[in-house]
Amino acid sequence: MSWDCGGGDCRASWQHFQHDADVGLMGHGATLDEAFEQTALALTALITDPAGVRPLVERPIHCEAPDMELLLVDWLNALIYEMATKNMLFSRFRCHITDHCLAASAWGEEVDVMRHAPAVEVKGATYTCLAVRQEAGGWVASCVVDV
Amino acid sequence: MDLSRLEPCGPFAWQLPVQGAMRVPGIIYGDAGLLASMDDKVASQLANVAALPGIVQAVYAMPDAHWGYGFPIGGVAAFDAEQGGVVSAGGVGFDVSCGVRLLHTGLLRKEVARRAACLADALLAAVPAGLGRGGALRLDEAEMDAMLAGGAVWAIARGYGWPEDAWRIEEQGCMAGADPAQVSAQAKRRQYDEMGTLGSGNHYLEVQEVAEIYDAACAQAFGLREGAVVVSMHCGSRGLGHQIGTEFLRRMVIDADQYGIVLPDRELACAPILSETGQAYLAAMRAAINCALANRQIITHLTREVFARLFPEARLDILYDVSHNTCKEELHEVAGRPKPLFVHRKGATRAFGPGHAELPDALAEIGQPVLVGGSMGAASYVLVGCSSAEAMSFSSSCHGAGRAMSRTAASKKWQGRAVVAELAQGGILIRSPSMRGVAEEAPGAYKDVHAVVEAAEHIGLSRRVARLMPMICIKG
Repeated sequence: MSWDCGGGDCRASWQHFQHDADVGLMGHGATLDEAFEQTALALTALITDPAGVRPLVERPIHCEAPDMELLLVDWLNALIYEMATKNMLFSRFRCHITDHCLAASAWGEEVDVMRHAPAVEVKGATYTCLAVRQEAGGWVASCVVDV
Repeated sequence: MDLSRLEPCGPFAWQLPVQGAMRVPGIIYGDAGLLASMDDKVASQLANVAALPGIVQAVYAMPDAHWGYGFPIGGVAAFDAEQGGVVSAGGVGFDVSCGVRLLHTGLLRKEVARRAACLADALLAAVPAGLGRGGALRLDEAEMDAMLAGGAVWAIARGYGWPEDAWRIEEQGCMAGADPAQVSAQAKRRQYDEMGTLGSGNHYLEVQEVAEIYDAACAQAFGLREGAVVVSMHCGSRGLGHQIGTEFLRRMVIDADQYGIVLPDRELACAPILSETGQAYLAAMRAAINCALANRQIITHLTREVFARLFPEARLDILYDVSHNTCKEELHEVAGRPKPLFVHRKGATRAFGPGHAELPDALAEIGQPVLVGGSMGAASYVLVGCSSAEAMSFSSSCHGAGRAMSRTAASKKWQGRAVVAELAQGGILIRSPSMRGVAEEAPGAYKDVHAVVEAAEHIGLSRRVARLMPMICIKG
């Protein structure tokens, strides 16, 4: 598996990694909450440059899952659902995880095709390369998304 | 792929023998070159699928197989419900009933080439492509359910097509056994303004030229001749199918314990066919198949409107419509006797040979058209099903080239505008809202589809009829 750092900056706390037909997302953070937030940012970066998405509208998101890995998939799928049904892109995230429950907010704006030039539409988060783990430097969350 | 794990069984077939938890062997089709370029994970994923309950005969990988989710893309596996067989949401994938439809135009290249730019712009304006562009048609709750039950037949009844369109579509345009009540409100909501849209990624609408004929008799029967212009579309069940895949994958992962299923990979999430979860998934997945058929039917209608404006003499009859992400209940011969099986084709095309009972009368003597998609600079192919594929792959063949390079690598290697300019020099017009999307889909990012269809022909999975080269490509 080869790795690709988002935004060309290897110090960034999210990354894309390669999967045959699709792309993997990875978020790093000092806390679990932060790792989930960064994975969401990696999701947006697949579609457009997050820096070009204005955090104008807040959308609340709540997820509950039997384990932390399914919670990550649920979180990303909830964002994909919000993007698809509200025609939005998000660039700022705040997560709060307790006992496999996620209370989050995502801030963004409606898609502007000319300005955002969305590269791809994400179909769903998968269980491939799915992991949520604590490492020496903090937390890492990853999975492949189908595009 | 490390070939030492495999036993050659003929020049184009390789067997992964039963080992560990495998219940049946794996068979990979392709020449040594194609296999060498396949990821080792294809064999690992075949071994995992081969371990699922109720699997019959063998699990197969088509010559275009590559690493997928649980199942390899290009994977074919059949299950017997009476033997505890399973249905797998992962084995169908997120884009339920993604497929290819091919339309005749009755026009020649020279007629279309004169107004190609105008046609490209008109198609881009008429057929919504990419993220952020919804369709013009919005369905209320009752119409959504009618669409999910009726598929392309529903669309035709609503004026999006001609009555004779239906028989040129698998399942005659309507998948039986769909239950809209098994489709969640969220999945329906996601489809609310996506009817008649292409989507993005490797989906496209192309105007193509018949560049080469391999089988004159078959081409004539299909209505293809060199220099003729056809229209091809590649898309699926849009947001509704994606949401059904998402929801049932999760439900099957959580329910697996309850059904005593040990999942070697969560992505293989499945449920017994004869269980509540299995039946609910089949009913919802069939509704998603109908959504895909209706979607391609509406895009057909939008395309016909554009051609009617610019080329009033054109007539866009359907050549055929195939789906390559499905699970279908079909009769297949097992140990000399016909047996109803649930055949998963994940990135594989059904390829019925001549005489198959499911074929419409006009195709009965020829065999089913098998539509293999290429895109932008790459060729597409029309193949025809062969009877020999029944014993080799439950009558299945390849579906496309598969990626040779990841999206991230492709977007670093190529600039979208340069790709568009280079293809324009070769006479291929690209229209897309996203230049980064074009770079990610650059022709060089895909494997050589020619090698794939050649292998499929040598093996006897299907036979080449015609090669199609793009003239105009609308990308999402």
